[in-house]
Amino acid sequence: MSLRIVVCVKYVPDATGDRHFADDLTLDRDDVDGLLSELDEYAVEQALQIAGEADDAEITVLTVGPEDAKDALRKALSMGADKAVHVEDDDLHGTDVMGTSLVLAKAIEKTGYDLVVCGMASTDGTMGVLPALLAERLGVPQVTLLSEVSVDGTTVKGRRDGDTASEQLEASLPAVVSVTDQSGEARYPSFKGIMAAKKKPVEALDLGDLDLDADLVGLEGAWTKVESATERPARTAGTIVKDEGEGGKQLAEFLVSQKFI
Amino acid sequence: MAEVLVYVDHVDGAVRKPTLELLTLARRIGDPVAVALGSGAEATAAALAEHGAVKVLTADAPEFGDYLVVPKVDALQAAYDAVSPAAVLVPSSAEGKEIAARLAVRIGSGIITDATDLEAGDEGPVATQAAFAASFTTKSRVSKGVPVITVKPNSAPVEAAPAAGTVEALTVSFGEKSTGTKIVSRTPRESTGRPELTEAAIVVSGGRGVNGAENFHIIEALADSLGAAVGASRAAVDAGWYPHSNQVGQTGKSVSPQLYIANGISGAIQHRAGMQTSKTIVAVNKDAEAPIFDLVDYGVVGDLFQVVPQLTEEVTSRKG
Ligand SMILES: Cc1cc2nc3c(=O)[nH]c(=O)nc-3n(C[C@H](O)[C@H](O)[C@H](O)COP(=O)(O)OP(=O)(O)OC[C@H]3O[C@@H](n4cnc5c(N)ncnc54)[C@H](O)[C@@H]3O)c2cc1C
Ligand SMILES: Cc1cc2nc3c(=O)[nH]c(=O)nc-3n(C[C@H](O)[C@H](O)[C@H](O)COP(=O)(O)OP(=O)(O)OC[C@H]3O[C@@H](n4cnc5c(N)ncnc54)[C@H](O)[C@@H]3O)c2cc1C
Repeated sequence: MSLRIVVCVKYVPDATGDRHFADDLTLDRDDVDGLLSELDEYAVEQALQIAGEADDAEITVLTVGPEDAKDALRKALSMGADKAVHVEDDDLHGTDVMGTSLVLAKAIEKTGYDLVVCGMASTDGTMGVLPALLAERLGVPQVTLLSEVSVDGTTVKGRRDGDTASEQLEASLPAVVSVTDQSGEARYPSFKGIMAAKKKPVEALDLGDLDLDADLVGLEGAWTKVESATERPARTAGTIVKDEGEGGKQLAEFLVSQKFI
Repeated sequence: MAEVLVYVDHVDGAVRKPTLELLTLARRIGDPVAVALGSGAEATAAALAEHGAVKVLTADAPEFGDYLVVPKVDALQAAYDAVSPAAVLVPSSAEGKEIAARLAVRIGSGIITDATDLEAGDEGPVATQAAFAASFTTKSRVSKGVPVITVKPNSAPVEAAPAAGTVEALTVSFGEKSTGTKIVSRTPRESTGRPELTEAAIVVSGGRGVNGAENFHIIEALADSLGAAVGASRAAVDAGWYPHSNQVGQTGKSVSPQLYIANGISGAIQHRAGMQTSKTIVAVNKDAEAPIFDLVDYGVVGDLFQVVPQLTEEVTSRKG
């Protein structure tokens, strides 16, 4: 029996670019380049490794995002995923995490799955909650924030390094997994992979295909409302001294003046 | 006044500081009702009452320790049903965010994560968040359902505000799905005796410039002289010089101390994402062009192997 893996990948603005908000207080996508969230590369990598260990597996990469989000899918396909699903609809603009998780859950159910793999957090919203939301909506176990993951038959196992302890987790498939950037470096797409990706199928779905009501997505349908977004004022230029033998002492003086000592 | 549910983060009955901060914020919007789960839950009552909890709902069961997250969601939902609160506040730990998110789905509510402040508003609580590596500040609210908000450590002062703190046992019936993810084993993290990174008032961090695990004692000595926690950049962690649990940044811990001292750290965007909201920032770096200097209140351009030990000595002698 084939192991069906769906990897959720997000198309995000480049963190090293000038990220900011548009007039409607959503993410401004026009002024900054987008790419596959680097943390989702780890998810694709672990999916590829799990598939490699399985007798027979198929990896579908899934994104909810605008037209350009195809770039993120292509990158994942060039790393070695088999096919892609792109949920795209003008009504999706401004969707919050509740709406996004609803759309992703519907698309995952429609695609069919044994294992869903996500990144630990996106590099833009950085909420780190979507995998748990998917598990709740799909009604399957969540095995999240793993720094090590493996699938053995119909069991998924992994290590979760938490605040106070490191835990070994185990659940039966189907399940939702998320992996951290400690799970292992993601591979670079090979030239062959990049060429092959161009021929791999990308299925486009809209809200109608998923039987989803537009009321539940977009800015109007959002469960949250952003009232204002203000650029943090540039920090007032600090004092910078060059160490000429007394740098540590000067720094101590500063800490005294600020009452830290 | 409306009641506000506060999820309690505690270790065997010892309430962690972020929960006490949550109680301060909760009092701005209503009467805090605390929910403490697991072993030692009842022992939290005194500290919670002293910081304003009008009521403490407690439950203990093996499920909380044997299975991941879901049993705690079942319990928080039971508390929600019992209280009908005006908002639900949860500390922004990795687990706290997951619990909050699943509860939000169940009660049909929106969620805001990693709030750094909270105030009462005409249409419900308004949360402040830091976006895009803290280069923006947003104000948001939940517009559907009862607001579920997770709050970052060091977002509010801990204030004593004695209240009744009546302890009530919470009746929880675990759903069929609660045993889905088994915790097969748990290895507790060894205590270093230093303050917890996310809660510390001062954090001293080391990066690639520290140049080896064997040199991290220089960073630790400065931290100890100041009673600070030790942080590290991902470069230092990836090189195996310091444990991942001490990593500061986007994929490590997000810290917001009164004072952050970065040593031999360049200040890449992913590192900044985890420390940019620190009140006072200090850096020691031998490269005057390092981006970290754009953030600092005070910077020393110099070799950390000279500057840091001198600073430690000054701190120790001034304190002594
Ligand atoms: C600065 C900022 C702040 C925001 N704050 C809030 C808020 O407080 N409340 C709220 O409801 N919404 C908020 N949003 C919107 C929210 O981030 C997005 O709706 C979203 O896609 C899900 O959250 P996340 O990106 O933070 O995902 P995370 O929970 O951090 O993502 C974890 C994983 O989920 C998967 N994933 C996430 N999004 C997608 C996608 N579109 N397609 C495929 N896979 C995906 C990826 O595998 C990813 O690694 C915010 C957005 C921004 C840009
Ligand atoms: C998806 C993703 C997530 C990431 N998450 C994180 C994260 O959570 N945290 C994080 O930190 N990084 C993270 N990174 C990595 C980040 O991009 C940087 O690579 C990293 O922060 C660099 O660490 P550094 O500043 O210690 O090293 P470098 O950038 O190499 O800087 C070392 C600095 O030390 C200085 N130096 C050297 N010797 C001395 C000396 N003797 N005295 C004084 N100064 C000296 C140098 O001048 C230099 O500025 C992430 C990257 C990605 C792609």
